[in-house]
Amino acid sequence: MLALSTLFKRSFSHGIHPDEYKDGTARLHSQRMPFVDRYILPLHQHLGAPSKPVVNVGQRVRRGHLIAEPGAFVSASLHSPVTGWVRAIGRRRAPGGRYEQAIEIEADPYATQRLDVDRPPDWRGLSLDDFVSVMQQTGIVGLGGASLPAHVKYSLREGVKIKYLIANGAECEPYLTNDHRVMAERPDALMRGIEILHNLLGAEESIIGIELNKPDAIEALRRHIPPDRPYRVAPLRVKYPQGDSKMMIKSLLNMEVPAGLHAADIGIIMNNVSTIVAIADYFDTGLPYIDRMVTVSGPGIEYPANLIVPLGTPVREVLRFCGGLRKGTKEVVMGGPMMGTPIASLDAPIIKASSGVLAFTQEETARPKEYPCIRCGRCVEACPYFLNPSKLARLARARLFDQIKKANVMECVECGSCTYSCPSGIPIVQLIRAAKSDIRSKKGKA
Amino acid sequence: MKAKDPRLLVQPSPLLKQEMTTAQTMRDVVYALLPATLAAIWLFGLGALLVLVATILGAVLTEWFFSPREQRSTRLQDASAALTGLLLGLTLPPALPLWMAFLGGVVSIGLGKLIWGGLGQNLFNPALVGRAFLLATFPIAMTTWSAQTNGEGFFLWYPSNLALPFMQPQYDAVSAATPLGLMKFEQQPTSLLDLMLGNTAGSLGETSGLLLLVGGIFLLLRRDIDWRMPAGILLSVALFSAVIYAFDTTRFPDPLFAVFSGGLLLGAFYMATDPVTSPLTPGGVWVFAIGVGFLVVVIRLFGGFPEGVMYAILLMNAATPLINRFIQPRVFGRK
Repeated sequence: MLALSTLFKRSFSHGIHPDEYKDGTARLHSQRMPFVDRYILPLHQHLGAPSKPVVNVGQRVRRGHLIAEPGAFVSASLHSPVTGWVRAIGRRRAPGGRYEQAIEIEADPYATQRLDVDRPPDWRGLSLDDFVSVMQQTGIVGLGGASLPAHVKYSLREGVKIKYLIANGAECEPYLTNDHRVMAERPDALMRGIEILHNLLGAEESIIGIELNKPDAIEALRRHIPPDRPYRVAPLRVKYPQGDSKMMIKSLLNMEVPAGLHAADIGIIMNNVSTIVAIADYFDTGLPYIDRMVTVSGPGIEYPANLIVPLGTPVREVLRFCGGLRKGTKEVVMGGPMMGTPIASLDAPIIKASSGVLAFTQEETARPKEYPCIRCGRCVEACPYFLNPSKLARLARARLFDQIKKANVMECVECGSCTYSCPSGIPIVQLIRAAKSDIRSKKGKA
Repeated sequence: MKAKDPRLLVQPSPLLKQEMTTAQTMRDVVYALLPATLAAIWLFGLGALLVLVATILGAVLTEWFFSPREQRSTRLQDASAALTGLLLGLTLPPALPLWMAFLGGVVSIGLGKLIWGGLGQNLFNPALVGRAFLLATFPIAMTTWSAQTNGEGFFLWYPSNLALPFMQPQYDAVSAATPLGLMKFEQQPTSLLDLMLGNTAGSLGETSGLLLLVGGIFLLLRRDIDWRMPAGILLSVALFSAVIYAFDTTRFPDPLFAVFSGGLLLGAFYMATDPVTSPLTPGGVWVFAIGVGFLVVVIRLFGGFPEGVMYAILLMNAATPLINRFIQPRVFGRK
């Protein structure tokens, strides 16, 4: 029945159908990771400006205390995930491989680790502007991957009227199941979060988009929709990258967000389901963003799990909790296999954007032998943004930055569908990514 | 936990195995051609097998000989040279002298592919370059079609197969005309059933429409080829021939005959779909396919030869860079 309806579900065009590899963790109830002795909290785990520390070395902090405030409007606060002492403020390994400014906190092993926060304001009394400034204090960022501080999305441009609120529960990356577990285990919290955003934004309809491979989450959410509210659950075809915001808007509403604009510009606010649950949690208990759900999976993991991990926990400890790395593990990735970042050292901490910790062996990491491009057009048929990836890769290799900009390289969201579909084993998206960052850095200098 | 960490690779995502490899695509096309190839050997006897072996050898040896030493094994592993040899062989008449077939294979790879820079660089379909060369150089041998042995004389081969280079080959008496030749020069149609089963004279691979279709459908199901290409070619040929057929139903072939006779199925499913020499975008493929269909009908109608698929595809190959330049995908979110 489900299979048949997949065929007729409206969806975006192009895209790919990789194997899902979600069976290992999709039915595992989430569990809480115990506290470890040291936490590393990079000051720049979101888009925009880094946060500014407000604590001193040696100072005692309690779980939930503010330790760094936003450095600009597009920036987020940071709170202590644990009761303990600030041990250092300095450069530490970040997941991307570089050393970045971070606050190191040593946990107090005898503390109760009870949350120490103020009572949250009642959202019903808030205006949208108040809501934006409250959100900036919570440390919540977009959890779908981009890590845009959440409040930025809600500070609407003049004259924009929000029509739709979309909760993005597609989770189209293979292996990851953290959003799935959040939806299946906490449908009530998600509904409370939608209620808050729907009312504050003045949306007309709220839609939860979920890929059809999560029937239990779809069922649970349908049961929790309050009567006579304009909310609905919309099952979507299982296709990558269904969770990309513009693709999901195309699938759900059959609207194309014009190139260069954001969803908010055409009256749509989209948030990841985990972001919305985090907002609900804040208004329920005052819990700032200090814990996140992480899917630990992949062929290199002994005991896969969906873990609720305090931010700042070193990846090494997360892996140890899951039984350690198996022999033959070649690479550890933070995030999904399609768009995640490889980590250079297990000292790197879990950050706000870490949706998964995946360990891969030789089989997945072996680069295919590269053949010349035979212009088969598979990448063109895979690219959800209708670009010509083969041409972009060729121009990127030749470092023809003017031409590659003309070929709309900046529209690329780096979903990786082109590399996956290329029969010649050309690392298309990797080349494009490098070219884009070169273009950006040139722009920065000019 | 002081145990030593494993040495970690820092290799950017995506980390999933690619869906399909070039070598696998090439092998798929070879598998798809197997039924038609076996049928050709059954229908025309051992001579057909010898011709195929000669073209494949010519192609593979040329690729091997002209490749840099360290790339030889990888270049042969992608099976593209063998496929070119096989495709060329299937366009040749069964009684062709073997040295000509071998030379055709050499020219296919040498002039059709390597001289452009190897796999992925050539403008024209290599197998068709080889065939065009043979047709221009040996017009008589290339248009002497043998009647079928229908499996009865399986171990018979054609004396002309073993003709020495540069000597006039001896043809035995049992020569026959192809369905397209019969139609063009004698207005004598061939029944659709004969065309489908391959009960006709012609080059090795163009006789059995049914088996070519089966292989083509296999390729479509495996998503090795773009469905738009065969669909566009076959439909446009049918459409344009229907227009001409409406003028004079006795002189001109009906659309179904036009679609199933000659090398059209072979060309539409296996040659025009060559990724290297066909357009990149779906829109471009439509332009290419309809262009091929139009040229096939025009050449068959006005040309000196009864068949025009080869030239039609080669001409559209030449137009491919232009098509690629003008037909680019529309970027998402732009009107």
